[in-house]
Amino acid sequence: MIEITSKQIDTAAVLDSVQSNQAGAAVLFVGSTRQFTGERETLKLDYECYESLAIKKMTEILEQAAAKWKIEACSIVHRVGTVELGEASIAVAVSSPHRGDSFEAGRWLVDTLKTEVPIWKREHWADGSQEWVHPEGATPGQDRPV
Amino acid sequence: MNLKTINLKILLFAAARDLCETSEAQIELPQSATVADLKVELIKSFPQLQPILSRSAISVDHQYADDQVELNESSEVAIIPPVSGG
Repeated sequence: MIEITSKQIDTAAVLDSVQSNQAGAAVLFVGSTRQFTGERETLKLDYECYESLAIKKMTEILEQAAAKWKIEACSIVHRVGTVELGEASIAVAVSSPHRGDSFEAGRWLVDTLKTEVPIWKREHWADGSQEWVHPEGATPGQDRPV
Repeated sequence: MNLKTINLKILLFAAARDLCETSEAQIELPQSATVADLKVELIKSFPQLQPILSRSAISVDHQYADDQVELNESSEVAIIPPVSGG
């Protein structure tokens, strides 16, 4: 399952989407809006994406994960639009015959999404300011070692 | 001398869109222009893009493209500032 949605993510459904009798393990990662980054307070986040390229890149990283680890199924769902405090912005689920592959593939998928998939967040800070988040080291297509 | 030109539509996202105050820019380039040529023209048309463009990728037809990639009028081109999904 690969999806970009403006609705709240049903994280249980994302986990369900990777369950199978061949899998002895399934891992679900949920990323959500955090209130404090150090001393700074976040009110909410906005996400936007370049949807056609984002779907293509998510498909590619799922294929790469399937080639690197022995996994049964994996899903990525990312939200766009406003994501309030505590709400999920991303859910990644992986299943595999044995747990190690699910843990490792899940972490790699989230890390790789954060540098390769064209999705952007904008912070709405409690002091009234707003800013797009464009981290160092997150310019896509740099052929980083993985 | 080749005087033929192409008109490219450039998709803009996040800080790049805010800086240019539009989600789509038009750039005219000589035929056989490359991604490197596009970056030069973009800075001429939108000097305010300079800081973010130097840290951005350019995608051409849904691939991250290096400076040598040649552009044509039907190319779907976008500026991809550093990403922050997740």
